[in-house]
Amino acid sequence: MSITLSEKNNGYVEGFSKFEKSTSGNDQGWLKSLRQEAIQKFQDLGFPTLKDEDWRFTNVAPIARSSFEILENGHDTVSASDLAPFQFEDQQVTELVFINGRYTHGLSRHCELPNGVIVKNLADAIVSEQEILKDNLAKYADFNEEAFTALNTAFMEDGGFIYIPKGTVVETPIHFLFISTDSDTPSITNPRNLIIAEDNCEANVIEHYTSIADNVYLSNVVTEIVVGENSTIGHYLIELESKKAFNISTLRVQQARSSNIRSHSVLLGGSLVRNNVHPVLAGEGCDSLINGLYMSNHRQHMDNYMKVEHASPHCDSRQLYNGILDGRSRGVFHGRIIVHEDAQKTDAKQTNRNLILSDTAQIDTKPQLEIYADDVKCTHGATIGQIDENALFYLRSRGISEEASRGIIMHAFTNEALESMSVDSVKNYCANLVADWFNQRNQKLEA
Amino acid sequence: MLEIKNLHVSVEDQEILKGLNLTINAGEVHSIMGPNGSGKSTLAQVLAGRDSYEITEGEVLFEGKDLLELAPEDRACEGVFLAFQYPVEIPGVANTYLLREALNSVRKYRGEEPLKHIEFAKYAKEKMKIMNMGDNLLKRAVNEGFSGGEKKKNEIFQMQILEPKLAILDETDSGLDIDALKVVADGVNTLRNPERGFLVITHYQRLLDYIVPDFVHVLVDGKIVKSGGKELALELEDKGYGWIEEEKTAANS
Ligand SMILES: Nc1ncnc2c1ncn2[C@@H]1O[C@H](COP(=O)(O)OP(=O)(O)OP(=O)(O)O)[C@@H](O)[C@H]1O
Ligand SMILES: [Mg+2]
Repeated sequence: MSITLSEKNNGYVEGFSKFEKSTSGNDQGWLKSLRQEAIQKFQDLGFPTLKDEDWRFTNVAPIARSSFEILENGHDTVSASDLAPFQFEDQQVTELVFINGRYTHGLSRHCELPNGVIVKNLADAIVSEQEILKDNLAKYADFNEEAFTALNTAFMEDGGFIYIPKGTVVETPIHFLFISTDSDTPSITNPRNLIIAEDNCEANVIEHYTSIADNVYLSNVVTEIVVGENSTIGHYLIELESKKAFNISTLRVQQARSSNIRSHSVLLGGSLVRNNVHPVLAGEGCDSLINGLYMSNHRQHMDNYMKVEHASPHCDSRQLYNGILDGRSRGVFHGRIIVHEDAQKTDAKQTNRNLILSDTAQIDTKPQLEIYADDVKCTHGATIGQIDENALFYLRSRGISEEASRGIIMHAFTNEALESMSVDSVKNYCANLVADWFNQRNQKLEA
Repeated sequence: MLEIKNLHVSVEDQEILKGLNLTINAGEVHSIMGPNGSGKSTLAQVLAGRDSYEITEGEVLFEGKDLLELAPEDRACEGVFLAFQYPVEIPGVANTYLLREALNSVRKYRGEEPLKHIEFAKYAKEKMKIMNMGDNLLKRAVNEGFSGGEKKKNEIFQMQILEPKLAILDETDSGLDIDALKVVADGVNTLRNPERGFLVITHYQRLLDYIVPDFVHVLVDGKIVKSGGKELALELEDKGYGWIEEEKTAANS
């Protein structure tokens, strides 16, 4: 039985009632009512429009107009060798593979994890980890205001789940690999990830969205991370969707006292991409590092929406987003920093740099500081420009060819956004993706 | 080695160099002095290949080749080096990376094998001794956060690495204390030999105590108005540029 979602004829609500009957966890009252509440909210909110302040620069009409199917299965079309291009050089990794949004055991691999650490897919966790889920799932990502989060919450059924007990260091990275396959009609997935680290923990998690086909689909992702006291979580989002895909990702991080989040986003694929990053520094003395790199070409649209919420004193946040825009592509960086009344001694810094490689590419960058405390340090800076001619001449005057000089400058620019990644295998993987991007661009220029 | 003949250069329709003639033979050190805005840096940048200047007349031959026809990188590979008056900061590019890329580009141009990491490190180490430079400046991004003096030293360090045939130093001495000045001068003097030429642009005679020039030229309003030996620099330091212009006016009337 296939389920079609569309704004026409109330298709989302109808689709939901079909979905509800077949999905896992519907026997659990709390989950059932959560989903119902969410579809109701989605129905009330509708898709955002350009009139919505938070969506001023990004028109989601192409999504609203489409009708999407929730695919039953796609496992059989994917083999282990299809995964190779999306894997890191490091063999020591726990890797959960999702095909069209559904966990695929046969393609996944597990390496040994410390005692008490749980890494499994959400559909299974719904059955086996009810208590943890009940306390955490949808407690942070707000579906009352955010339509895409409401949509995800209504239709969530699978994704990655991690639980790390007190005082545990997970040395090996955990990789959630989401792959879309070919389908006759546009499809939708609503990956839902939940990561819970108790106090004094460390782990690195990579979310990776990609495709082995060239079709239209929507990945509507919501990830919640709960970081316990004094814990450090590294989070990586690698967005490498198909050229025609839509990807809306929402990362919501809840930080306890003295905790540390290191968030890295690398956006390269997709036609319409929105990357929401929303950490709440809820306990005293937290650190947030929020870095990203977006590289767009052709008619791609990449929107980064940051909402860094300082809710306690003595917290530091550092945002650095670099963008390279080519072709007729368009980028957005909307950087909100909210400092609540109690959050004295906040130290927040935001930097957004953009390199425009063509006359027809465009970037909108908008800082938005909302400060309700008086003893805080908030700085922001944005730059938009072409490659610095002075730097280019300087390198050339040392004997380096023009092409190589441009390459060096652009590489330095992208590297700035990647160098803070602490998992080397992931950093190398991302650096290779960036190199591929430049190679493709150069080939096109030569052609 | 270098022949500049009747060079006219404009920026935005404003003529800056107005018929400049200068010949530098191998083994010679020439110094150019002149008031602010007289066109010294313009000359240096034009020789290095900056394309924001328009050359309206004249020619420049370097070892018999038409220098103005060459791309900046090819000039560097042919052996022309410019120490910038204002060295450029390049965030994210390590100083050593730039130097190795630069040296290997030049080597490739000459048909030589590129230096491997270890070979380059060894070579750079020797040069660092001459320049009295610490390791940390090598690892840091090119000129980023360098003090004024460090930037100038870094220019000469690059020159040491590339060992050009013709080195143009644009006010490398400005803003240096005496110790740094000596290091810079050492950096130049160790490269002085019968095959190399130098064009040293400066405002101060002080530098010329350490890098003793064979010729001193005075550039005023886009032209060389007086040339002489090293004593000319002393005279300029003493009396400024006014007397030369007076002399010129007197001669013209
Ligand atoms: N890119 C440019 N655009 C516009 N004007 C320029 C440009 N470069 C140089 N000029 C002008 O040309 C003239 C000569 O400048 P130049 O920098 O060559 O002088 P200089 O002799 O090196 O001076 P200084 O001793 O101050 O370094 C000045 O009037 C300067 O303003
Ligand atoms: Mg000058």
